[in-house]
Amino acid sequence: MVAVAGPHDAPTAAELIESVREWLDRDVIPSTEGRLRFHARVAANVLGMVEREIELGPGQELAHRKRLEHLGVADDVELAAAIRAGEFADRAVELRAALAESVLDKLAVANPSYVNPD
Amino acid sequence: METSAVGTDLSMMLSQLLDGAAIHELHRLSGGASRETWRFEADGRPLILQRQRAGDDRDMLIEAGVVRAAGAGGAPVPALLDARRRDDGMAFMVLEAIEGETIARKIQRDPEFERARPRLVADFGAALAKIHALDPEAAPGLVETDQVLYYTGLLDDLGQPHPVLELVRNWLIETRPPSARSGIVHGDFRLGNMIVGSDGLRAVIDWELAHLGDPMEDLGWLCVKAWRFGGAAPVAGLGEYEQLFEAYEAAGGLSVDPAVVHWWEVLGTWKWAIMCIIQASVHLSGAARSHELAAIGRRVCENEYDLLMALEGRW
Repeated sequence: MVAVAGPHDAPTAAELIESVREWLDRDVIPSTEGRLRFHARVAANVLGMVEREIELGPGQELAHRKRLEHLGVADDVELAAAIRAGEFADRAVELRAALAESVLDKLAVANPSYVNPD
Repeated sequence: METSAVGTDLSMMLSQLLDGAAIHELHRLSGGASRETWRFEADGRPLILQRQRAGDDRDMLIEAGVVRAAGAGGAPVPALLDARRRDDGMAFMVLEAIEGETIARKIQRDPEFERARPRLVADFGAALAKIHALDPEAAPGLVETDQVLYYTGLLDDLGQPHPVLELVRNWLIETRPPSARSGIVHGDFRLGNMIVGSDGLRAVIDWELAHLGDPMEDLGWLCVKAWRFGGAAPVAGLGEYEQLFEAYEAAGGLSVDPAVVHWWEVLGTWKWAIMCIIQASVHLSGAARSHELAAIGRRVCENEYDLLMALEGRW
């Protein structure tokens, strides 16, 4: 028996979204054209994004909190303000590495194919 | 044919302006909250009407002045037949309709443009040289806008934290090249705002973002990754930097320092990231509900990735 997060029955939220995305890909996109087809594609992409965020989000949130802690700021608001104020001028390499990790995490959800493997 | 009250009003106005010409086939091509583009025929001649409602912060008559000056200076633009403001505050331009394609993916891929494609980058360079050679006095009302300051203001108004964009903003301020010369800048010179035919570039349109500034801004913006529309080549997905610079210089443009164009390309990418955030906020604020606009908010990280690569000298 597989445990599900109560009180909901199967399917999970991710599986529900997946089912709608599959319907868009299988039935809607091939039978539409023009702007409607384009918007159906965008909708399928958006659902794919949400599926990936449901899967990767909790781990990414933890990693992001650790990065912020390491940089000595409470959140992105504080980080953005500190960068503008020049407070990271002498920690440029460290800052860039942390920001690159954040951006790669965001891309892993938003558009994994954007980053070239080379 | 548009038969609404607006259509009837516009038809009557156009007929009066164009010496009693018979107005046919009036229909709207595109429209936003404050601007609309219409196409029609006057005694069989295809024309374009652009109109702007009262209250828009941009003045369409300034834009009309730039189009007129660009045409007089030999840049490829539609002929301007009329431009004025009515008593009710509506401003409009009547322009010659130029046949051709504006959709980037079609220009990049369709067989119809196969002969045009190899020469388009040179056409763009030559058109930019003509635009940048214009006397700013010929188009009164244009203002010099500091792009870093202006977009920082927009970013601050949005009120969301974007650490990568802050880092890039610092870089832009620290490495800003001195401006060679202030001139008329188109401000949105890219595929989408070019009418292309099977023979090459026919006209540069959409001059509403024209301003005074460093002409290198237009060259950098044309190379921003978003404007390659998935193509691999740096200039509009169609050609190489050297082709653009050579054609620009050969047509009388300023001498090009590739490092300066690179700075403007980074600025353009940063600017586009902010524009993406703005588009998502249009949905979030309720001004226009659209999942397409919402999804654009999640494209900011694509620009951030490109920007981090640029800062490391890896693009």
